[in-house]
Amino acid sequence: MMSFLNHLIRGISLGSVYAIIALGYTMVYGIAKMLNFAHGDVIMVGSFAIYWGVSMQGLPPVLAILLSIVLCTVMGITIEFIAYRPLRQSASSLVVLITAIGVSYFLQNLALLIFGANTKTFTSMIPLETLRFAGGDISISGEAIVTMLCCLIIMTGLTLFIRKTKPGQAMLAVSEDKGAAQLMGINVNGTISLTFAIGSGLAAIAGLLLCSAYPALTPYTGSMPGIKAFVAAVFGGIGSIPGALIGGVVLGIIETLGKAYISSQMADVIVFIVLIIVLLVKPTGLLGRKLQEKV
Amino acid sequence: MKSKITKGKDNLITYGIVLISYVIAQILISAGQMSYLLQGLLVPICVSVILAVSLNLTVGILGELSLGHAGFMCLGAYFGAIFTHCMKDIITFSPLRFFLALLIGAVVAGFFGFLIGMPVLRLRGDYLAIVTLAFGEIIKNVANALYLGIDRNGLHISLKDSLSLNLEEDGTVIIKGAQGIISTPRDANFTIGVILILITLFIIMNLVKSRDGRAIMAIRDNRIAAESIGINITKYKLMAFSLSAALAGIAGVLYSHNISSLVATTNTFGYNMSILILVYVVLGGIGNIRGSIIAAAILTLLPEVLRFLDEQRMLIYAIVLIAMMLFRWSPQIIAWREQHSLKNLLQKFKKTTSKKEVR
Repeated sequence: MMSFLNHLIRGISLGSVYAIIALGYTMVYGIAKMLNFAHGDVIMVGSFAIYWGVSMQGLPPVLAILLSIVLCTVMGITIEFIAYRPLRQSASSLVVLITAIGVSYFLQNLALLIFGANTKTFTSMIPLETLRFAGGDISISGEAIVTMLCCLIIMTGLTLFIRKTKPGQAMLAVSEDKGAAQLMGINVNGTISLTFAIGSGLAAIAGLLLCSAYPALTPYTGSMPGIKAFVAAVFGGIGSIPGALIGGVVLGIIETLGKAYISSQMADVIVFIVLIIVLLVKPTGLLGRKLQEKV
Repeated sequence: MKSKITKGKDNLITYGIVLISYVIAQILISAGQMSYLLQGLLVPICVSVILAVSLNLTVGILGELSLGHAGFMCLGAYFGAIFTHCMKDIITFSPLRFFLALLIGAVVAGFFGFLIGMPVLRLRGDYLAIVTLAFGEIIKNVANALYLGIDRNGLHISLKDSLSLNLEEDGTVIIKGAQGIISTPRDANFTIGVILILITLFIIMNLVKSRDGRAIMAIRDNRIAAESIGINITKYKLMAFSLSAALAGIAGVLYSHNISSLVATTNTFGYNMSILILVYVVLGGIGNIRGSIIAAAILTLLPEVLRFLDEQRMLIYAIVLIAMMLFRWSPQIIAWREQHSLKNLLQKFKKTTSKKEVR
């Protein structure tokens, strides 16, 4: 029972990271209607930036984290400007998807070239002690606490931002109808850039949390969590912020419990099977809006 | 709208390109002008081409995005290789054995395509994409965890390790979990690969021209309109999807009989491979069969051609990919290209010269 609770907590913590990454997917999908496959690699770049700052340059962790967030934000805007914007009016959304994959290859190989293929050990940036309850049977690591807190703060902050501020409302409007939004005087390109900036900034935070909990860092670190987070976003209903939270946490729990009780190799299989069942029952995800079809 | 005659001519050109490339490659080999590395790439190119053409059936002609194509290739590769291992001593005539392996790979992959397609094709767009991705990953992960052995009692399967197979003394382990299948007889060669490409092309090009093919394209262009004139959507979608899966299975068999150790990693059968196949299709032009062939061949060769760049080669590959996508699809660049195309420049040149003549 106690070990079950421990696994559950670890699952929620892992799920919170997935949720933060899934936010980036969901927001970009909602507004630009594209699957940004390079998002996972932005996480990796953010983690490498922190690693570079702390372990190679000896900067204080806070400074390195800020640096990483700024770098990822700028990178997100740049990628959107160079690789995605010229293709926005093109015939098929697949074209942008493939370009995103090109960007993903680019980031991975750039990191490979700069830092090499060896696995780097990421020192945890979270100075919190492990909490113990019930006579030490239940333990919550500092990383898990910070991750869950971060996730909650980001979710509330983002929801408030979208509901209460003008740029947030502009994002909603652009995701609803790009043409009409433009007619109402909303800067569509600017709003999409802002979305990429927020998503990439969040990816830097996700990278920090992910690598603090799982300290092995390689150029391919971001790709599998990226896919998982994408699955989480679809699971919760792509385009919906609470959906990303629920999807991420559920996915994290399934994965951790599957690893603990069934088989570590089969954990991913179970995750994907659950996803398929959910989508077959609810084809637009848990919280996704049902689209009315017009003839 | 192209007329039937030009379409037939179009197909002949496509077959011609494949045949001429084959002849050129053979001449280069016999003249000793082709490096050993490049010769090793000939069968992989055939595999890529078949995969690209078959995925184009799903993406371009049926109009559904599939991110799990490598999963079907994996099924074909594994089942084909298992068959060959079981029959190694029974059928010694390798072309016949390989032909049967191809058949089995195609049937198994096609059957799974049918099974998966039945529930999944109800979904649309990106949701279908994510479910196919999930299926691809499931197939890859199961293949990775699978142990399979054979002895006189038949086949033994386990998901734990090779000891729990409980084989008899004379038994051999065929699939060793993450180590995969080793030393499959190398029955595949370039000529067979090219023949398989031609068969794939023949199947798909004839499908496109047929009544069934038109029904499939009608579904792609407007599902509701197609349904309203009595086209059975599920039937045609399933048909295209499982045919595409079966062809991917053939590519898988070809692949598994060309390498010494067959393992299921992200790069061979996982999502990376599925994406790579999709890159061939989109770069070559969605729905354009000839484009898929050319893109698949170029992109399979490119890492080898860029070998002189050494460490930077995959970086350059990524940049070339992004640049090609922008060059091919960006509306601004397309407009610029049309303005500065050779035809246009020639016309301008003609105009200026004719004006001079009038003077």
